[in-house]
This record gives sequence, structure tokens and C-alpha cells, in this order.
Amino acid sequence: MIIKPYGDTLNDGKVQLSFTLPIPNDEKGAQAATRLAAKMGLTAPAVAHRKTLCDGFTFYVLYGSVAHSVNYDEIHVQAVEGEAMTMAEINDYICENIRRKIVVMGASTGTDAHTVGIDAIMNMKGFAGHYGLERYEMIEAHNLGAQVPNEEFINKARAYNADVLLVSQTVTQRDIHIANLTELVELLEAEGLRERVILICGGARITHELAKELGYDAGFGAGKYAQDVASFAVREMVKRQDKMLYNKQ
Amino acid sequence: MKLNLNPETIQLARKYAKSIAADTQHFIDAHTTVAVERTVCRLLGIDGVNEADIPLPNIVVEHIKEAQYLPLGAAYLIANAVAVLGKAPQAIAEGICAGRVDLTKIPLEEEARIKKEAFALAAPSLEKIRANRQARNALAQKYGDKNEPYLYVIVATGNIHEDVIQATAAVAQGADIVAVIRTTGQSLLDFVPYGATAQGFGGTYATQENFRIMRAALDEAGERAGRYIRLCNYASGLCMPEIAAMGALEGLDMMLNDALYGILFRDINMKRTLIDQFFSRVINGFAGIIINTGEDNYLTTADAVEEAHTVLTSQFLNEQFALLAGLPEAQMGLGHAFEIAPEVKGGFLFELAQAQMAREIFPAAPLKYMPPTKFMTGDIFMGAVQNALFNAVSVITSQKIHLLGMLTEAIHTPFMADRALAIENARYLFTTLHGLGDELHFKEGGIIQSRAKVVLERACALLAQIDENKLFATLERGTFAGVKRSREGGKGLEGVVAKSEKYFNPFVTLMLGGAS
Repeated sequence: MIIKPYGDTLNDGKVQLSFTLPIPNDEKGAQAATRLAAKMGLTAPAVAHRKTLCDGFTFYVLYGSVAHSVNYDEIHVQAVEGEAMTMAEINDYICENIRRKIVVMGASTGTDAHTVGIDAIMNMKGFAGHYGLERYEMIEAHNLGAQVPNEEFINKARAYNADVLLVSQTVTQRDIHIANLTELVELLEAEGLRERVILICGGARITHELAKELGYDAGFGAGKYAQDVASFAVREMVKRQDKMLYNKQ
Repeated sequence: MKLNLNPETIQLARKYAKSIAADTQHFIDAHTTVAVERTVCRLLGIDGVNEADIPLPNIVVEHIKEAQYLPLGAAYLIANAVAVLGKAPQAIAEGICAGRVDLTKIPLEEEARIKKEAFALAAPSLEKIRANRQARNALAQKYGDKNEPYLYVIVATGNIHEDVIQATAAVAQGADIVAVIRTTGQSLLDFVPYGATAQGFGGTYATQENFRIMRAALDEAGERAGRYIRLCNYASGLCMPEIAAMGALEGLDMMLNDALYGILFRDINMKRTLIDQFFSRVINGFAGIIINTGEDNYLTTADAVEEAHTVLTSQFLNEQFALLAGLPEAQMGLGHAFEIAPEVKGGFLFELAQAQMAREIFPAAPLKYMPPTKFMTGDIFMGAVQNALFNAVSVITSQKIHLLGMLTEAIHTPFMADRALAIENARYLFTTLHGLGDELHFKEGGIIQSRAKVVLERACALLAQIDENKLFATLERGTFAGVKRSREGGKGLEGVVAKSEKYFNPFVTLMLGGAS
């Protein structure tokens, strides 16, 4: 199936976009915005609104039709497999298949000071009506908060005997999150721990594909909740149980 | 008073808060920290870095600490060295740096002589700060003030020169306050970086040179716009008082200043940061800088409906700690936020109640009102609506420091256009709702009055409990933001020492004496 954006008629290709140009707000500027949109592949681009932001900067809102299309059938996405279970189902799953509480440790690592992501997954209260992992009877959850250096994160993982490690990254300016996430994987490998834990990262800019590429077991982006993360983690633990730390018992 | 709040409950809550702050102040008064002593060094005129980029105030204080002389305080030893060697503090610091001077080996002069020297050495910085304050006031008077909330925007490019471009644009669009967000991680540095910087993440390093650059840019932009533009930065983290001193020396107008925030959200040791907070607030108070407190952040982790009383509780505490540091109410930007989940039925009424309540309980405080963040998503169109409702509450309840909500809050640090759209949104709401606050009366015993009553009563009960348990134990229990902190844990405890009997800090004495 070949698809284009939908305005009010199939394959009319209608899109809206907005951007700022470092130029004065005049006819010439509007022409520049239109030409730029044409180069982006819009046919009949039109400036619907323009506004001076300050001397030498103008904001544009444009509409147009995309000339390009994509073949939907050719797309294959790496997604986390398996339907998410409910909190009760996850607790039962752990009771039946793992037969002990599992230890989940999470933090916002490196210099990242934002806890909103890790809190949404871990805090008792959870987010948008989805309880966090602290609420799960069969999960011992440790939320280390923000700005946890990778070395300290690993030390704590050992101390808690963590089965599952959750790493949250919010700040992504200049790809700082990539460097930090990569460093953690390298440190875990150097310590011989990588295979013995389920390693998951999350954040608004994180995709499963990116996570896999960086050497994580899974990645969760916006719109994912505690049960999505927990469902993946417990299934993966069972799948990998021969390698995991929990066989120590 | 629209909410019909019980004045006795307010009075009682204040009484508990005062007692809690006084109890904590006993501990504060008996201790000093490496950050406090580095601040003393800075105010005595010691600045610059060595060849390894270590700031001289750090070198001097480490030198004193290693010799176990920190309980005496930096002012004592430096003033003594000046008296004996006849050199300026900066030259002495350079001597320490080069290994030529050992402060602790210089014979001690008579105490009266040392104190006299210290007070004389303190004078130039005090004079400079006093002059800054007068110049700021004169400028503000020249342009006149506004009755509406101040429009507060942030810049966060990581590069001070790019920040200047963004800030200048924001002023042209109508911003009244520009805050330069700090790079992520700076709150945990136990030193202040030096010079102009161009590499930060999610913000720009707070350095004295960066302060100076932005101050000059805003003064220029303000002159073009015919408005007084206020500059805000962060006296928070492990260097609270040092950054407060830098802000005072460079003529800032506003600084984030809240130890509780550092304890809860940055895991900074509570003893360390409460001691640091006191001196930083003394400096802010003397410099005429408005502090912004951070209780709004509690609601980013705790629920805004269930935990609203913890915000009010913290406002009461911040008020009392500020008073102890000589800050008048007009310099207390007590924080709160618009963070109730969009799906809560009647949530807007609760937001109105909370904002109006803060207004009535702290009538002279320039309240700092934070926009929605927790429930902002990638849906920028919905985000614009959430921000509009926030703007409505702010203008109806006469908030003062109005942090503009960005429709791209959940996506990235603001683009130039995001800021312009936010200002446009706020201006529209402020214009179209002009005067509504004066027209409105709330229904006797209705949802809004009842909500405010419950929140106040719960805050009062919580303050009573904290007064009984004391502040440190309360923080250990996870009462605020659902975060537990141990009094022996967190960052920076190693920088705390008990003062000796001879300890003195000339700046606390001089600055608490008043700005006049």
C-alpha cells in the first residue's frame, strides 16, 4: 500500500509545518520559506502565517502537499514483542515462573538531572493511571533518582543483586545520552555483568531500535508505562534464566 | 479575602514554621562549610583559577581545611595574613597556590586587630553590591513597573553567546525576566567554573563572566525595549552561597534558592545545603535579589491533588528561613505550580484555589508560578491549551513571577519560536482576562473555598508534626515529593565543620545589618 499524509481526501498529501528563518519578515522572506518547503518535497506550498520574532528572525507556518509517498508494506519495525500484561498478571507470572520477588533497579544516569521518566515507571503512584513498579507485590523496586554515575549504578546493582536495570535519559542535547548509554554497556561488559541482567533504557527520545543498536535488551519511549516495561523484563528473565544472576540461589 | 481562610489557622501554621526554622537555625549557626568559606574568599576579592583550572577560592579553602583550620573560618586567617604580610587577599591566594604562603604558619595577631582588618577588607565588595542594587533600582524606576505578572522565559542553549541571541529576541518579544538555565550536573560540582563558556548540556554553566555577559546584553536589550529586564540564575547545588555572591557582584535580580530542592531532587546532604542556604540568602537579601523557591517541583513526582498541602507547608518554611536570613517578604518568590492532571474533574477549580490561597497567605510575596510540565506531551496543540489555562489562573490570582509554559516542554529546550508563541499566548490571556480577578467572588463554602480550607488545614497539621519531629527527621521520612533522604547521606557532607568559638564571618554581620 502506497501512502501519503491525509488531509481530507485520500493521498492528498497535505501537511502543515512551522519553522523560523534568520531573515526579516517581508515578501522576500515569505518567498524564501516557500522555496524551502518546495525543496522539502511540498507541492503548492503556501505561507499561512508569518510573524516577526525579533529583528532579523521570522516565524512561518506553511501548508502544502507532499510529493513523496512510502510503501507501507515494505516497512519492518523492531518492536518489543508480546502484549503487555496487567499488574496482577505480571505478579502471577513472576510467582509461577520465577518463584521469588525480582529486583528492579532504575535511575537517571550520568549528568541527567531529570527524574520524570524513571519516576513515571517506578514510583508507587505511576503515571496517567498506570501504577509504578513500587506498587508491584512481586517486584522489589529501587529508584536511585537522578545524576547517578554509571560506576555507582553498577555498584548498586551488585549490592541489590538486581535482575533488571532501568536507565532513563531525558537530556539529549548533542547526543549526550548516546555516549552515556554506551558507556554503561561497556562497563557492564567489562565487569562480566552484561549477560546476567536485563538491561532496559527509556526516555522520550529512546526507541526500541536505538536501544538494541546500543546493546540494550529493550528501549521504551513516550506512551509506555510500568506494565510494558515489566512485561518485557519478566518474560526476558524466564527466556534467559540459565544466564541470569538469579540462578545463584 | 475571597477564600474566607481562617486567619487563626494561618497564624498557627506560621508559628509552627517559625519554630521549625529556629530549631534548624541553631544547627546552622554552629557550623560552616567549604562553600561558605569559598564565598568569603570571593567576597574578600579572591578570584581566578590556577593552571589546572581550579578556582583560587577552592585552593585557599582546601589549604585551610587540610591543616584542620576550617573551624576558624577563612576570614580570620586571610585577614591575619593581610595584617602580617601587608599584601592583598588575591596576592596571598596566589602565594598559597604557588606554595609560597602557608596561612596556618603565620603568627596570629590580636583578635581585635584581625577583625578590624577583616571588616576593612569586606568593605569594597559590600560597596560594589550596594552600588549595583542602587543602579538596578534606578533603572527599574526609570522604566516603571507593571502590575501584571512578569513574563519569565528561560534560555538554555549551552553557549552563553547563543543564549544572548535568544535572550535578546525574547526581550524584543516581550519577556520581563530571562533565566539562564544551568548545564545539567552543575549543581553537583563543588566548585564554580571560570570564564565565558560555550559547552553545556541542557543549559549553560553559571560563571561570573557568563553572568556579566548576559547582564550587559539584557541592559542593552532593555534600553531598546524601554523596559527593565530582570536576570535570573541559580544559587543552588553545592555552591549556593558562592553563586549568590557572584550574582550580587554582577547585578542579578533573581536567583533560585532552595535547600529543600537540593536535598530532595539533587541528593545534596541536608546539613551542608541548609548551612549554605543561610549565607546565600543573607547575600541575596543584602543585594536586593528576589529568591525563587522550588516547592513547585514536589508536584512533578507527587500528586498535585493529594500533595498540594506539602507545597504550602514548604512555602511556610521557606518564608521563615528567608526571614532569618534578613530577606523581606518582597524578595520571597515562593514557588508553586499548575500540575493537576488534565483528566481530573474540576482540576481548574483546584488550581484556582491553590493559587489564590498562596496569594492571600503571602500577600506581599512576588509568588513564582510554574507552568504545567508533568502532563505536557508531544501534542503541542494540547500543550498550548494547557498553557492558556495556566496563564488564566496566573492573571486571575495576581501571581508575580510567571514562568511561561512552552508548548514543546516535553520535546526540547525552547526554540526561539516556542518562546514567542508562549509570550503571545500569555499576553492574549492577560489582555482578554484583564480585571476578571477583581470581579470574581468565590461561592461561600463552594468547591474553591472548601479546597483551600482543606489544603491549609492539612499544611498546618503537617507543620505541627514537623515541629514535633524536627526538620531533619521529616526529610528522612519522605514527607516531601515522596523522596526520602538521610541526614548522613547525600553529597557534600564532608564539606561541613563545626565552628570554633573564634570563628567569624564579617559578611553575615555586615549584610544582616541591612542594606541601607
